[in-house]
Amino acid sequence: MDYFLELFFGGLTRGSIYALIALGYTMVYGIIQLINFAHGEIYMIGAFVALIVAGVCTIYGLSGVAILILAGAVAIVYAAAYGYTLEKIAYRPLRGSPRLSPLISAIGMSIFLQNYVLLVQTADYLPFPRLIPDFAFMEPVAHIIGSPELVILVTTVVTMILLTLLIKKTRVGKGMRATQQDMNMARLVGVNVDRVISMTFIIGSALAAIAGVLVASYIGQVNFYIGFLAGVKAFTAAVLGGIGSIPGAVLGGLVLGWAESFSAGYISSDYEDVFTFGLLVLILILRPSGILGKVTKQKV
Amino acid sequence: MKKMTVLISTLALALSLSATGFAADTIKLGVAGPHSGDLAPYGIPAMKAAQLVVKQVNAKGGVLGKQVELLIQDDQCKPEIATNTATKLVSDGADVVLGHICSGATKAALGIYKDAKIPVMSPSATNPALTQSGDYPNFFRTIASDDIQAKLAVEFAINQLGIEKVAVLHDKGDYGKGFADFAKKYLDQSDKIEVVLFEGVTPGAMDYSSIVQKVRRNKAQALIFGGYHPEASKLVSQMARKRVKAIFISDDGVKDDSFLKVAGDAADGAYVTGPRDLSTIPLNAAATAEFKAEYGAEPGAFFQEGYAAALALLNGIEKAGSTDYDAVTKALRSEYVETPVGKVKFDSRGDAEGVGFSMYKVENGAFTELK
Repeated sequence: MDYFLELFFGGLTRGSIYALIALGYTMVYGIIQLINFAHGEIYMIGAFVALIVAGVCTIYGLSGVAILILAGAVAIVYAAAYGYTLEKIAYRPLRGSPRLSPLISAIGMSIFLQNYVLLVQTADYLPFPRLIPDFAFMEPVAHIIGSPELVILVTTVVTMILLTLLIKKTRVGKGMRATQQDMNMARLVGVNVDRVISMTFIIGSALAAIAGVLVASYIGQVNFYIGFLAGVKAFTAAVLGGIGSIPGAVLGGLVLGWAESFSAGYISSDYEDVFTFGLLVLILILRPSGILGKVTKQKV
Repeated sequence: MKKMTVLISTLALALSLSATGFAADTIKLGVAGPHSGDLAPYGIPAMKAAQLVVKQVNAKGGVLGKQVELLIQDDQCKPEIATNTATKLVSDGADVVLGHICSGATKAALGIYKDAKIPVMSPSATNPALTQSGDYPNFFRTIASDDIQAKLAVEFAINQLGIEKVAVLHDKGDYGKGFADFAKKYLDQSDKIEVVLFEGVTPGAMDYSSIVQKVRRNKAQALIFGGYHPEASKLVSQMARKRVKAIFISDDGVKDDSFLKVAGDAADGAYVTGPRDLSTIPLNAAATAEFKAEYGAEPGAFFQEGYAAALALLNGIEKAGSTDYDAVTKALRSEYVETPVGKVKFDSRGDAEGVGFSMYKVENGAFTELK
């Protein structure tokens, strides 16, 4: 039973990180039908910015949690700025052009950002400080779920509640929902669509930065390449849950996390990815638009 | 007076003629390896090492009172060229051969030397089968074979740590899986230890919590990992986080300062294999200084091993008292020789004893060599 719980929480932690990143993919797709391949790089940049801030803060002798919050905040602002700029220079000029053009632009930005970080930082793996302390009250169950996992889960849940409130209750959220339903109609009733799209990128990037900071302090290392694999997995999660659907991204992330954790735990980690992507294929055969995806009729 | 000069020069000429005629009685040391092409950087240092050794030996009066002559042949590391190289060296009358450099070329050439009864010593061919297959009793090498790290790790786990249950993980790559496969082979040969888990992990995966839990579930007392430092740091950090107590043992790919830096405290108590520290061997420093004085640069790959092979071969002939195949191979297997890679003799299969790898322990954020 212990073993089951260990794998359950391991998968939950991993899945909630996937979900955080997947939200960025799914929100952008929902509004402008673009798969933002550079999203994984935003996650990586978030982790790097946090590392730099944490390095400076450590010099000033702040405590672990304070550094985590401060570094996280700076990383969110930075990553949001990157997301905003990315949309402005790489996607907005291509709005209205064939769907393939912004997609290629996205792949280009992904390669550009990776190599930019490689050149200005380093190709080496850098140690990320263990900012999440081991809480004493977690010690009896530390082998099942440790303090970092707890912090990750709590942060993810809080973030998702805030996101839901933002989308359901605020003007910006209303604008986003309207744009998602019909961009031209939203424009006609006075929604500033360009601003809504910018906001979507900013929010998605902020979520990716949160994921980046959490993962880096959990794993303890960063590298310019970490965004690629995380991006692929999160994209898979978004597709699994139904791309365009926000609850779908969360569910997809969790399903993917559990699938990986349980297949590695009960079968073999040699075939972890085989089972995971096998599951993806199976779900897409049974439900082509994902678990929670809406079946959209092709408009003529 | 003029007649006198002519006479003397004629005599001198006659003397020099007889010296070349006498030259049939030199010791011929063949040197084969890539000296041109893209792999030349692997062959040239060993060739220069042989030249330095021969120069020194000849200055001291040669071997068994005879001068040593070098026969240098290029094989470009290509098996098909290596067979020609070998045939050429055999027909030129090489007594012993230093080479070849690449495992593939070495394997192709060995049969020809074997038929001609010529001892061959490679400074760099690490393919385990070259010595372990037993097909080539004429083959020796001054470098450790690929599986020696795995053997060292396994023997250390069994004899020094007394481990009874071990998990073997790898990163699915050529290097990591190769190490893990050899480790498993040696583990299976012992009845004191049981492999409870043998699996590959995905490099770059977000976390390894499942596999770490699996190590605990299988009650492994130690984890032998084949791969590189990024995955190793992730594994040891997560084992610490999850309170998994298994001892971490790994390979040369992990013996990197990045491992210490990234894994931090979690790396403490880990064991890794790595090349022996040669800096304390006086002959190594001397050979390197000699090279720098001659060529004004750093020696490059396999220089020490090449230097050692040249010394060992000539020492073998000296100790054997002749260039007779049986006598020389017997001397190589029984007589110790001081070389830049340490004091070596060769085992029955041709591998240099005491050459290659040591076990290092991570203590206080540094690698400490265990003697």
